[in-house]
Amino acid sequence: MKKNLLAPGHSACAGCGESLAIRLVLNAAGENIIVANATGCSEIFTSNYPLSAWEVPWIHSLFENTAAVASGIEAALKVSGRKSEAKVIAQGGDGGMADIGLQALSGMWERWHDVLSVCYDNEGYMNTGIQRSGLTPLDTKTTTTPPGKFSWGNYRPKKNLPLIAAAHGIPYVAVTTVAYPRDIEEKVQKAIKIEGPKYIQIYSPCPLGWRSEPSQTIEIARLAVETGIYPVYEMINGKITSAKKFSKLKPVEEFLKLQGRFSHLFTKEGGDEEIKKIQKIADDNINQFDMILKDGEELQKE
Amino acid sequence: MEKLWEGSRAIAETIKMCRPKVISAYPITPQTHIVESLSQLAADGDLVAEFINVESEHSAASVVLGASATGARTYTATTSQGLLLMLEVLYNIAGMRLPVVMTCANRAVSAPLSIWNDQQDSFTARDSGWIQLYAEDSQEACDLHLMAYRIAEDKRIMLPVMVCLDGFFISHTFEPVEPFEEENVKQFLPDYQPLHYLTPKNPLTFGSFAEPDKYTEARYIIHRTLEESKMVIRETAEDFKKVFGRGGGDLVEDYFLEDADFAFVAMGSIIGSLKDLVDKLREKGEKVGILKIISFRPFPGKEITTALEGIEKIAVLEKAVSLGSGGILVKEVKESFYGRKKTPQINGFIVGLGGRDIPQDSLENIYREFHQGSGDASFVDLNYELLGGK
Ligand SMILES: Cc1ncc(C[n+]2csc(CCOP(=O)(O)OP(=O)(O)O)c2C)c(N)n1
Repeated sequence: MKKNLLAPGHSACAGCGESLAIRLVLNAAGENIIVANATGCSEIFTSNYPLSAWEVPWIHSLFENTAAVASGIEAALKVSGRKSEAKVIAQGGDGGMADIGLQALSGMWERWHDVLSVCYDNEGYMNTGIQRSGLTPLDTKTTTTPPGKFSWGNYRPKKNLPLIAAAHGIPYVAVTTVAYPRDIEEKVQKAIKIEGPKYIQIYSPCPLGWRSEPSQTIEIARLAVETGIYPVYEMINGKITSAKKFSKLKPVEEFLKLQGRFSHLFTKEGGDEEIKKIQKIADDNINQFDMILKDGEELQKE
Repeated sequence: MEKLWEGSRAIAETIKMCRPKVISAYPITPQTHIVESLSQLAADGDLVAEFINVESEHSAASVVLGASATGARTYTATTSQGLLLMLEVLYNIAGMRLPVVMTCANRAVSAPLSIWNDQQDSFTARDSGWIQLYAEDSQEACDLHLMAYRIAEDKRIMLPVMVCLDGFFISHTFEPVEPFEEENVKQFLPDYQPLHYLTPKNPLTFGSFAEPDKYTEARYIIHRTLEESKMVIRETAEDFKKVFGRGGGDLVEDYFLEDADFAFVAMGSIIGSLKDLVDKLREKGEKVGILKIISFRPFPGKEITTALEGIEKIAVLEKAVSLGSGGILVKEVKESFYGRKKTPQINGFIVGLGGRDIPQDSLENIYREFHQGSGDASFVDLNYELLGGK
């Protein structure tokens, strides 16, 4: 068996989707990479000086500048004739990529750096204690969007970062999930071969923040796709070229009820109306990504 | 042969000679002419570097951080709001011991918005772990940049260096400068050989976090290195003098101090005006001199007290202020004398904020009033009408 490039012994929580996703990304990308990492859980559970879980060259600078640091790394490799030495990955949580780091990320895409950016989407600022981010879904309970007399939790749906990435005209954008390790592997290997900017967003459940069972991380991630909540797809040169399809989609309740972050939807009066709104978001996804198998179409294997 | 160059052009020509591999910057007055000149040099192939036009100063500093960690010599430049936006990254660059060199074309900070010169911007970065050198004129600004790379990349130091030059007064003024000869520069500043850098051949971890039992030591070691950098700065300046035949060769520079009973202490282009005044006063037989501070970080406390030994009155002039506290440089100069048996009278004067002219009359008034009486330490030349009376 190959060596894991994210070594065991780091301090991520049991059932952490992000640490699993990182290991899959690194192993798929191989040893010849340099990783720039945003501040967040992934930096904290791996780099308590003098310990390090990184078996690849790795740098953490700040929260919002990861894409700019990666740009500098790529530029230095290029100008020193060391381009063939390593591929560059810029990675972070949804806060580091979609919110505070979005400007630097946009700059990196627009300048066309040969860098793979990866967002580990756990739908909130987990490192600082489960606050909302721009990728927190509708009606989610977080510490800064608590449900209350006048609130159902986060009052807006997720920002569509993959579409924002695609709007930069970059050659490769993909969404995947820790529920499908082979899919992560394939997409990373495909992306890293493409010259230019690439973006992959990986659904990474956080048992602590989502108030879910650590043992159910994969099941929740799978249900997110199977209900249409989190479509898994690929965009090449701005066009959707593949999306995960099913013969029948499941109702969103099956996904929501496994997570304490949505428990108020089942206990508070009027919650069923809110669940309808979430079902509508899933239905729109199902339509947009054509997620229902037609006659003769085959189910992709995972 | 001397060239008559705009300050910014002279800096750009110097940077070209220093051969940085990655340059990244974001435009802001009065730094713009430096990066525009560099862009042209790169476009014409006179400078072989990756020139990254970023979307903010925060990213400019982050690009050179990443490139420096990958083993490349780097350069950036900014001022004012840009420097404040970079501040978070500046601390990070020093903390990671990356030998980045940058220019700060000193400018006031908002609000009110002002594009004109003072030194409030770089003073704000004084605690970040960067070496800060202040230039009196174009020639010195050029020379300090060349020295900056040598000092930053010295294996005993490995810390970033900021060369500060007064916006407009230096950046936009045409002055004769002696251009560098390529051969001499290569002898003085060989190609950068990094000790540690990001490469799969030796996968290192950069930018770990430190628990309370380790953090203090990481900061202490930077502080100690900055103390030790005084010797390296002096050594580098002496070497510079050997190769190029000019330069003072120290952290501070004195002007007519031997027999003086009164001294001005200041940094940057104001030294030029002070020299004119001192020349005039000396002709009249007045015993006045100047101590120019080149290195603000590391702070040359011992060098200052040695140079000012026996002088009775010291006027510290600065283009910065710590609002709610007062002068910054003056406190550090005073602290240098603390605990001595005989201390001089030291007063601070805040001048030239937001580009306000510092006429020779004002400087002479400071001298006259302080020399003869007490000379209140204060904001100089306040317009009381604007303040609504008093
Ligand atoms: C400029 C700045 N603002 C705020 C913080 C505090 N902070 C550190 S990590 C973090 C949240 C990280 O969230 P995310 O990027 O989603 O990653 P996660 O921890 O969820 O993996 C915040 C707010 C910081 N380090 N820097």
